[in-house]
Amino acid sequence: MLSLTNLEIEAIELSIKVAFYSVLFTLPLGLLTAWILARKKFYGYTLFNGIVHLPLVLPPVVVGFFLLTLLGRNGPIGNILKNTFDITLVFSWQGAAIASAVMSFPLMVRAIKISIEGIDLKLEYAARTLGASSIKIFYSITLPLIFPGIISGVLLSFARSLGEFGATITFVSNIPGETNTLPLSIYSFIQTPEGEANALRLVILSIIIAMAALITSEYLTSKAKKSLEG
Amino acid sequence: MLKVALKHVFPSLSIDIQFEVEKNCITALFGKSGSGKTSILNIISGLVKPDYGYIEIDNNVTLDAKNNIFIPPHKRNIGYIFQDSRLFPHLNVLSNLKYGMNSINTKHPIIQLDKVINTLELGNLLNRKPSKLSGGEKQRVAIARSLLTCPRILLMDEPLASIDSQMRAEILPFIEGLQNEFKITVLYVSHSIEEVIRLADKMILISEGKKEAQGSVEQIMSRLDLYPLTGRFDAGAVISAKVEGFDKQFELLSLSFEGGTLLVNASNLPIGKHVRTHIRARDVSLSLKSPSKNSILNIFKGNIIEINSNSGPQVEIKVDIGVPIIARITRKSFEEMHLSIGTTVYAMIKAVAINRRNIGV
Repeated sequence: MLSLTNLEIEAIELSIKVAFYSVLFTLPLGLLTAWILARKKFYGYTLFNGIVHLPLVLPPVVVGFFLLTLLGRNGPIGNILKNTFDITLVFSWQGAAIASAVMSFPLMVRAIKISIEGIDLKLEYAARTLGASSIKIFYSITLPLIFPGIISGVLLSFARSLGEFGATITFVSNIPGETNTLPLSIYSFIQTPEGEANALRLVILSIIIAMAALITSEYLTSKAKKSLEG
Repeated sequence: MLKVALKHVFPSLSIDIQFEVEKNCITALFGKSGSGKTSILNIISGLVKPDYGYIEIDNNVTLDAKNNIFIPPHKRNIGYIFQDSRLFPHLNVLSNLKYGMNSINTKHPIIQLDKVINTLELGNLLNRKPSKLSGGEKQRVAIARSLLTCPRILLMDEPLASIDSQMRAEILPFIEGLQNEFKITVLYVSHSIEEVIRLADKMILISEGKKEAQGSVEQIMSRLDLYPLTGRFDAGAVISAKVEGFDKQFELLSLSFEGGTLLVNASNLPIGKHVRTHIRARDVSLSLKSPSKNSILNIFKGNIIEINSNSGPQVEIKVDIGVPIIARITRKSFEEMHLSIGTTVYAMIKAVAINRRNIGV
């Protein structure tokens, strides 16, 4: 149990890599989207809000299908990527990261949006009268105050990415060494005769990683909150 | 000097007002809640853009709707003290204080950090987070934080309203001291006449978004016609006086004014200091003959110059005792004494009715 097989190490490394890049991708975009949704009222707000939240309510397979249609080799975007930059997303870990990013995006947005809405706008008005520009207000007031929200957004989407299955398998399939993340490996083992024991080992590993992420985030959040409240 | 002309329609109130605020003194913007005071400050600070308006501070135009000039709030160099202190919760006191210092316009006299910390007695609080401060301490930090931006004018929106009365007494001297220490122009919003009399030199009386009167506190408070706005209960003349001496044995402070010497029940103040004192109309009684052998220490002879008898069982009478003072008596006494304009009376003021709370320095 203590020594991991190469296959298991590969699955863990891949899963963490995919989740890491997925979070890296969703964080700035999620921050911007959350800020827009929390602060701006515009024509088409409801529609925009709906689109952002769609991956949360759609079956993951549907999201995977959309990604395949758009980013696949013959898809409108996939075609450009292939011909111009020679990038192929299907059957690659980058594709898996994109599938995870799309699926976890609404979780990131929701967590940050709630914390932005929690900021008293009056503080920002006060900062204005003290001579602060919008940019200074954002990095000196808004960002530090929503930091706990950002941490929980990062954790939620990291965890969601680790567990992503449906959209990933639909979009990038289950390629050993490239796209077989933990959940996909577990699925493969279950499909193979006598594979339950191996599947169980991966299940336990998944639990350990998830718990570690959860505890780290709790620790960081409580530290951040403490520094806010003094 | 601040020049303001505004027109703005809010859902529940329309503001249409013009006024000027003199440099280096405290001007109170006084009116009932809902009369538009805070909205006017928000417009002056730039946080709200009015439908129509013109604002000029020290000859710099910050708003001119006609010519499409709107200087954003962070470039106006106006200090704003809010009712809630609005300290940044994630920064300690020192960082809060320094927040606006980077944006100082060097053309204006620099207000030093050390001096502000000393004057507002913040030395022991510098490392604390705002959540660990009392209401009064928070407000002192907020005032210091604004001062450090060296504002051309300091707007104060009822800074004492959300503080309990004990803390209020603690913080008032700091606000009184701002003028002496930093020579700053202050526009002070309040609905408490006591606060206005104590702190302000000039006042602008507003009602429903419009200016009803403007002048020195003494002038406005001696006008009987404004009582519905200044508040009947605390109505009364405000007189300027100079500290003459202090009787240690009886703990009485004597103030000299144009009508003589007034003894009041207040602690010592430096001799020669100019003060304003509020003599509430309900604490003044009138007599036709020179009263003798009674407990009243302050008796002034004068002629009645104005009578306001159109408000039910009470009559307000203005008596010229060198300066106008106002007495409120019952209609019964008024008729029995046959008072009319020109009648010579003796106005009697109880010394105990006036204490430090009624004296502005």
